[in-house]
Amino acid sequence: MALPKAKQDATDARLADLEIPVSGGWSLAARQDAAERLVQMGLPQPRDEYWRFTRPKDLIAPEPPAAAPMDESDESPVFSDKGACTLVFRDGVFDADASDSDLPAGVSITRLAVSQDNDIDWASGLYGKLELEGQTPVQRPLAALNTAFATDGLIIDVTDKVETPILIRYLHERDDSDPVLHHLVRLHADTELTLLEVGAPGARCNTVMEVDVAEDATLHHVRDQGRNHDRRTNTHAFARLGARSTYKSFTLSLNGALSRNEQIVSFTGDDAVAHVAGAAIGDGKTDPVHHDDTVFVTHDALRCESRQVFKKVLKNGAVGVFQGKILVKKDAQKTDGYQISQSLLLDDDSQFLAKPELEIYADDVACSHGSTTGAIDEDALFYLRSRGVPKPRAEDLLVLSFLAEALQEIEDETLADELNERLAAWLGRHAV
Amino acid sequence: MTMLEIKNLHVELEEENKKILKGVDLTVETGKVHAIMGPNGSGKSTLSYVLSGRDGYEVTDGSATLEGEDILDMDPEERAAAGMFLAFQYPVEIPGVGNMTFLRTALNAQRKARGEPEVSSADFLKMVRAKAKDLQIDADMLKRPVNVGFSGGEKKRNEILQMAMLEPKMCILDETDSGLDVDAMKLVAQGVNALRDEGRAFLVITHYQRLLDHIQPDVVHIMSDGRIVKTGGPELALEVEKNGYGDLLAEGA
Repeated sequence: MALPKAKQDATDARLADLEIPVSGGWSLAARQDAAERLVQMGLPQPRDEYWRFTRPKDLIAPEPPAAAPMDESDESPVFSDKGACTLVFRDGVFDADASDSDLPAGVSITRLAVSQDNDIDWASGLYGKLELEGQTPVQRPLAALNTAFATDGLIIDVTDKVETPILIRYLHERDDSDPVLHHLVRLHADTELTLLEVGAPGARCNTVMEVDVAEDATLHHVRDQGRNHDRRTNTHAFARLGARSTYKSFTLSLNGALSRNEQIVSFTGDDAVAHVAGAAIGDGKTDPVHHDDTVFVTHDALRCESRQVFKKVLKNGAVGVFQGKILVKKDAQKTDGYQISQSLLLDDDSQFLAKPELEIYADDVACSHGSTTGAIDEDALFYLRSRGVPKPRAEDLLVLSFLAEALQEIEDETLADELNERLAAWLGRHAV
Repeated sequence: MTMLEIKNLHVELEEENKKILKGVDLTVETGKVHAIMGPNGSGKSTLSYVLSGRDGYEVTDGSATLEGEDILDMDPEERAAAGMFLAFQYPVEIPGVGNMTFLRTALNAQRKARGEPEVSSADFLKMVRAKAKDLQIDADMLKRPVNVGFSGGEKKRNEILQMAMLEPKMCILDETDSGLDVDAMKLVAQGVNALRDEGRAFLVITHYQRLLDHIQPDVVHIMSDGRIVKTGGPELALEVEKNGYGDLLAEGA
């Protein structure tokens, strides 16, 4: 079927200058397949239901809108004291000199851009696979674009319980950088890894992470998407969870002209656990802010637990979006599904748009969802002020209080504490 | 010396245009403990909120000064720095903000506003531990988020701890005895009594005489329909306990 003209034109315009960056190797077939799928489905348009609340224009334009890097030299990089093994991408280009070369035991890492002629079966089996599965029942054309045209990414294979976190540090230095990165993460049975991501990958970025968590394995994923105002960010994380495995993902976002973070989680083994959470603060005072969390959790196994906790603090015309769905298939009995999305609106100009959804075909499940929008609690504000805390500081404390429930989703308290301290400092300086 | 002076104070609820205080006159001398008793709806809590600066009330006439300084145009935090403290009837729960963080933020903000140096975290810790011990507040309660999961008694003790840490000049206790059993009330009263001194004044708002058994007032006022209708010594509280408000109010009318 032919695409609507606007969609066709937008897709043609975007694809005109894009080329699959490899001519052979293990990812070629998946890339060609993804490119074909992309041509068939076309890029998102404002009238697509899944993009009702977030205009895709800047994410699909042939050129990224200019975005000035932010001077973040006023503080040490987030998580820099966690003893992590750090790997650096500068505007999407791997920087070997800035990266650690010694890997902790129990993990091997290579890169998409340099491994094409290597014989890594598992990677070729995973690359684009979860992305493809994640295209049903909802199309995610930008993820297909990523699979087809990604220029680099990490291929992380975890074979043991790894204590040292792996930290991917993104540096945004050029105002026109437009990285397309695709990471693969595989956790073998009974293994564990903490994966940290810090910073904005570029002026505009499109990142995909495909995560395959085998039986009894655990992945902790914590990311801080940076503070840059002008950045456009589009991320997809596709996670497939085996029996008794755990996937915990938390995302912190500050400002950003446009952020769309999609999490697609699918339970394939029984008794697994997935928690996806996020905290976002948007202050539209100097630049517009639009932040979208879109989550799709599919339960297709017994007794799995999923939890979504998303909190947004919005002011000066910032817009927050949450689209979250829990799909429980017919045989996924004893599913425990929970979803909460909340916004704190600090003025009348900001808005929060939420679309919480449950779709349940099993008859013995416990699923709940809630969404709230509110202002600062006047009683709490007065209480703090009556103790001598000046109003702006009291509001900051209540913002932190509001976000605390999302931050608590991070299992490692030292990571949660650091993010909380950073938030407090940023709020205190009014630097967000 | 006069600590708090309220003259002909008229207050309306902003939203409802409803008159609550209809000409309150009250003077509290430094070093004294005054009690205000009165039936429900007489305006006792409103008086405490207006004095501490809560939004939603409009002062239509009259004045209130703290050590001679007009407080009614001040923000709540300015009043706090000037020495005003309200122990809440219903202390607010603030999830995600640690009790210690809250206390230290408040203490240093007040000191900063007064041009005093901030208290170091070591000194602060020492101070808070000693005072918490007197009130039987354990380390766990100090670490927990402000008032979250606290029992009624713990919340009130926490109010007194804040009072002890902030060392205000004018302490208003709004029905601090509500929801407390006898033991908890004694503990709270001990905390208050420990703070009684020459430089500080108290205004204790209560329905019942029993709190005043433990916090002996110098002066007792009866409030009704937005006014102070009778003022006397501690014996006035005993009279209320014995005969209720009915007789007193009939007499005052």
